[in-house]
Amino acid sequence: MDADLLLILPLVLPLAAAVLALLFRNVPRVQAGINLISMSGVLAVSLGLLAMINEQGIQSFASGGWPAPFGIVLVADYLSVIMLIVSAIIGVAVAVYAIPNIDAERVHFGFYPFMNLLMLGINGSFLTGDLFNLYVWFEVMLISSFVLIVLGNTEDQLAGAVKYVMINLVSSLFFLTGAGLVYGTAGTLNMAELALVLNEVESSGLVTIISMMFLISFGIKAALFPLFFWLPASYHTPPAAVSAFFAGLLTKVGVYAMIRVFTLLFTQDIGYTHTTMLMWVAGLTMVTGVLGAAAQNDFRRVLSFHIVSQIGYMIMGLAIYTPLALIGAVFYIIHHIIVKANLFLVSGVAQRLGGSFSLKKLKGLYAHHPGLAILFLIPAFSLAGFPPLSGFWAKLVLAKAGIEAGAYGIVAVAIAVGLFTMFSMTKIWVKAFLPGSSDPDAAENDATERRPMTMGTRLMYVPIAALAGITIMISVFAGPVFDLAERSANELSDSSAYIEAVLGHEESAADPYTRLDLDRRSGGVHAP
Amino acid sequence: MRLSLILRTAARLLVPLMILFSVFLMLRGHNEAGGGFIGGLVSASAFALYAMAYGTQDARRALYADPRTLMASGVGIALVSALIPLFSGAPFFKGLWTTLPGGVKLGTPILFDIGVYLLVVGMTLVVIYELDDDGLSLFPRDNRPGTTPPSSPAA
Repeated sequence: MDADLLLILPLVLPLAAAVLALLFRNVPRVQAGINLISMSGVLAVSLGLLAMINEQGIQSFASGGWPAPFGIVLVADYLSVIMLIVSAIIGVAVAVYAIPNIDAERVHFGFYPFMNLLMLGINGSFLTGDLFNLYVWFEVMLISSFVLIVLGNTEDQLAGAVKYVMINLVSSLFFLTGAGLVYGTAGTLNMAELALVLNEVESSGLVTIISMMFLISFGIKAALFPLFFWLPASYHTPPAAVSAFFAGLLTKVGVYAMIRVFTLLFTQDIGYTHTTMLMWVAGLTMVTGVLGAAAQNDFRRVLSFHIVSQIGYMIMGLAIYTPLALIGAVFYIIHHIIVKANLFLVSGVAQRLGGSFSLKKLKGLYAHHPGLAILFLIPAFSLAGFPPLSGFWAKLVLAKAGIEAGAYGIVAVAIAVGLFTMFSMTKIWVKAFLPGSSDPDAAENDATERRPMTMGTRLMYVPIAALAGITIMISVFAGPVFDLAERSANELSDSSAYIEAVLGHEESAADPYTRLDLDRRSGGVHAP
Repeated sequence: MRLSLILRTAARLLVPLMILFSVFLMLRGHNEAGGGFIGGLVSASAFALYAMAYGTQDARRALYADPRTLMASGVGIALVSALIPLFSGAPFFKGLWTTLPGGVKLGTPILFDIGVYLLVVGMTLVVIYELDDDGLSLFPRDNRPGTTPPSSPAA
């Protein structure tokens, strides 16, 4: 298929699906079908894009025919396409899971259109090669997520949403300010051109300050220490399908943006930005996340705090900033998105069968639903880094990279946090799945009072089993996934291929300023 | 709020003018000040004025289409305008133009503007009608002219 088409379809499909779902707003079944087709379509297209990158290297597309530094470009390198594929997998899983999980009222008020608009924003963020355009996609994503998080209007949801909305607006403000400063300093927002120009800026201190603006902005989106508190305050409030989608993808878009800017743009002062700032932030994020989780008694709040702690691992890979560490970060993202979304999906089924999200009320699920218990154990053990599951390999790579780079402190923190993660997962296991919790509150909710297995609940098992299967695949075939992460890390370590794919002229790499010549500028203008 | 004779008479004159003006703004937009967004806002304010004069029930009827359908078709038309270039081998979102006999230029950016126009009208009206459903006393409840609903005190 045409390369340009492959780059556009991950955006066109969800947008078209959102339009159709809005037109068919009174026919929930049709909407669910459209949603499933669109998510599967994005998955198929992303896989096609991966095949194309394997053959021909990084793909770029100048939208509207405006050439690279002037128009908006879409770029797909290994990192983008890996993110696209993994999010599309979650998209398909949630599309199936949502059919029984999302009630008629939420469907009536536009669950499916906004689900697709959210997917549009996520895909756009992964594909864009322009800093301001990234801001726009973030806004598309945020506005859709604002709607999804309040959809249903329960009191909890509104309380969570206020925090979510406020802090994310602050984040947008930092992003916009940073983008403005970048434009003022470098005169361009095209990321490939920025990669060249920012290295030439005389006052490198200013560039470092700008990079900190982006650290704060993306740090809020990715839920880094100390800006993570909005996440555990809001992610446990919407229905399980929505929180699984959020938990799997939204923070990871922040991590993606961070990896993108801190490998491509801000590599002037690695001693400060990476080795000092990112390293400390990564360590503190891991520790606070996992300690926060230990104090929680709600299935999804425990998981939410673990998102925070896991984000620390990804940023740790970025902070060490060796090729092996970047492999670890990419591997960790792949593993984490699948596992974390799956755990949230499991929590939804546990709530359906046990009547609550609270660990004080849930108990004895193992006795009646051993299948669910096993499906919980796979992602839970993987999250804790139990060998030979996918989380173990991800952590192993990161630890090895850390030791090779001499960052012993962060490796020690990472291993300790892994143990605490085990503790939290065991806590969920003991309280929700094993019988006879000694908690006095549990007495009021008799374990025999169980909800029957309905068709809907059975359907909810399908995506959970599929995602658990993918986790096992990643564990068993860790080699190919590692190879893929390695190719992505190589591109991230050496950005010349990215720059060449976007700007397309090798001579421009030698002298970035020649491309700002007037004749080149007029060459790009097509007056109607 | 009760129905005002002055407002109703003024609305009857102003609403068609405003809608005409909004179309003018939209078509003017590509090269001069104006465009789909501002045109859509003017058009939506025409319907908002109508709703204030006659109540949202009448305004909904006057619009024929559900505002949400307008939103969907607006985004759909804008998307189509971006997709059209693909069929003639041009890149996604490229503006294609053709000149009709008589010097009138038509192109995909106009289609895009129409999409934006419909989206803005739909979006604004969804919000305005929703405010009325929430009982904001901005809109008259009674369709008979000159009467005050017994439950609400005169505004």
